[in-house]
Amino acid sequence: MTGLQTIRIAGKALMRNKLRSFLTALGIIIGVGAVIAMVAIGDGAKAMVEKSFSAMGSNLLIIMSGTTTAGGAHGGFGSMPTLTWDDMVAIQREVTSVQYVAPQLRSTAQLITEEQNWTTSVTGTTPDYFQVRSWPIAAGANFSQSDIDGATKVVVLGQTVVERLFGPNADPIGQLVRVRNIPFQVVGVLSRKGQSPTGQDFDDNAFIPSTTFMSKIQGGLKKYLQGSIMANARSAADTSRAQRQITALLRERHNLQKGVEDDFSIRNLAEMANAQQEGTKTLTTLLASIAAVSLLVGGVGIMNIMLVSVTERTREIGLRMAVGARRFDILTQFLIEALTLSIAGGVIGVAAGLATAKQLASQFNWPLLIRPQIMVIAVGFSAVVGIGFGLYPARKASRLDPIEALRFE
Amino acid sequence: MTGNAGPPAIVEIEAVTKIYKLGDVEVQALRGVSLAVQPGEFVAIMGASGSGKSTLMNILGCLDKPTAGEFRLDGHAISTLDSDGLARIRNRTLGFVFQSFNLLSRTTALENVELPLLYADVPGAERHKRAREALQRVGLGERLHHHPNQMSGGQQQRVAIARALVTQPKVILADEPTGNLDSETSIEVMLLFQDLWRAGITILLVTHEPDIAGFADRVIMMKDGRVRSDKRQQPEDARQALARAVAQREQEHQREASGA
Repeated sequence: MTGLQTIRIAGKALMRNKLRSFLTALGIIIGVGAVIAMVAIGDGAKAMVEKSFSAMGSNLLIIMSGTTTAGGAHGGFGSMPTLTWDDMVAIQREVTSVQYVAPQLRSTAQLITEEQNWTTSVTGTTPDYFQVRSWPIAAGANFSQSDIDGATKVVVLGQTVVERLFGPNADPIGQLVRVRNIPFQVVGVLSRKGQSPTGQDFDDNAFIPSTTFMSKIQGGLKKYLQGSIMANARSAADTSRAQRQITALLRERHNLQKGVEDDFSIRNLAEMANAQQEGTKTLTTLLASIAAVSLLVGGVGIMNIMLVSVTERTREIGLRMAVGARRFDILTQFLIEALTLSIAGGVIGVAAGLATAKQLASQFNWPLLIRPQIMVIAVGFSAVVGIGFGLYPARKASRLDPIEALRFE
Repeated sequence: MTGNAGPPAIVEIEAVTKIYKLGDVEVQALRGVSLAVQPGEFVAIMGASGSGKSTLMNILGCLDKPTAGEFRLDGHAISTLDSDGLARIRNRTLGFVFQSFNLLSRTTALENVELPLLYADVPGAERHKRAREALQRVGLGERLHHHPNQMSGGQQQRVAIARALVTQPKVILADEPTGNLDSETSIEVMLLFQDLWRAGITILLVTHEPDIAGFADRVIMMKDGRVRSDKRQQPEDARQALARAVAQREQEHQREASGA
């Protein structure tokens, strides 16, 4: 008997009991559906984390000043300016694994137009800042090195600030905005960046040249950099190396002896992202394992119904043997019935899982990510479950004594 | 081998015994049965229950193996075959007809008849053609797509006979084929067997009804696991018997009608 005929016979046998076949497959449907949905949810959550970290800037390292210790009270990172402008230049020049470096001087200030006002974060920086953050200008232009050299009063605004001051979809290029009552000209508007991993709005920000910041917004010592240095490594693989190189360079420049603590700190965003992703991965694995257990339960359901079916169809088996079916024919017939149930369940389960994942993705507003190999694995696994749990009933059927099977009431 | 002249026997058993073990008790179902059936014979095997006729039938049907003794069917030494070999013999050489029809429910007559051909690897178109021809031969050419539950007992048994015929077997084994049928339908089925016999098929039929055995040309009586008698006879013509039965039924019908 050919495989196709065996499949057809199995299909017919299953169609004779449509409701039962469906209920039997339901265990597999739920199992596979749960696996697909759980993995998709996990992937979606992972993508969300990735997206919010990449919004910070790709391969980003944040270098901050050291701590002060006054009378035993530690002041926390950045409380003592230890980083100098020369440190920044040195990093740019000497650390090969670093692509762009920019300062980040921060303050909060009120921005005023003729009609509106809005208090936001004002950042003093250099033109490379937007490269470091991989944050393109949407309209107008970035400020230039000559703006730095001349400490000109120009500002680049984030989307949220534009909306608050000029209304949505307004074109503020060329307009004047007063920052701490000093008029600045708007030269550029940044593209929308979204939220930080901690929920902070990146677009609620205004950027001015670092020199202008120091002379007009927040004065300070010329030599020290009153803020942090942002640097981005050339690739994701380079972040750890860049971190090591910068540490070595700064220790040397700050004349720190062996055993002395760093007077600065470096935050590696890629590492933070990895840690967060590990957590997500663990959760996904956990959820998928629970779902996989339900798949096994589905397999037990198939075995149960196949055993009932073998008993019910004892006479049919006897007859098939009497008219010439070999034991192998009977074995494959029942095995293929179990396999058909489990694969059909698997395919329907994939569809149900995708639908669930889509529903959840739109509800939580995260990307719908389906890895095709997960679908293949899920259907493959359900086929393995079908064979595994179908084998015993099929063997039982094939070993029936034809005489007793024919006499069975 | 028997020393008889003439054509070689198609069914030949020699000193066959069969012992069943029921727990600690041994039951001797056959105590040395020897039998030779020539091609084209119509043999009725009779006997009370427990006489061993069913056991003999199972052995002849290659569903069971003798404990001792020789069994040759159409030249094959059956005792030496494994279970796949037996399945092949059942498929190619034998046709089975059962008391309880044993048709697959919710399956059309055509598909029921095709069943043995599935296991003989006959391709689809050929399978349909042969199944249709077999059903036409038993007079059911109009009911190819009926399910067993849409047919009378006689029709169901005809489907079963068509199923036995479809592989063009040399021997048809019928185990109480009329046991579930009324007397007139029984005669109809026996007429069908006689037609097949006249067409050259060897028929072995188990029955406990002497009327039914009367349609065969040889009657073997079994008792206590042995052949008690083995007689050739002039078979009763089923066509005439059917005509008589129909006439009698009509007479009774008329009498009832006039009486009322």
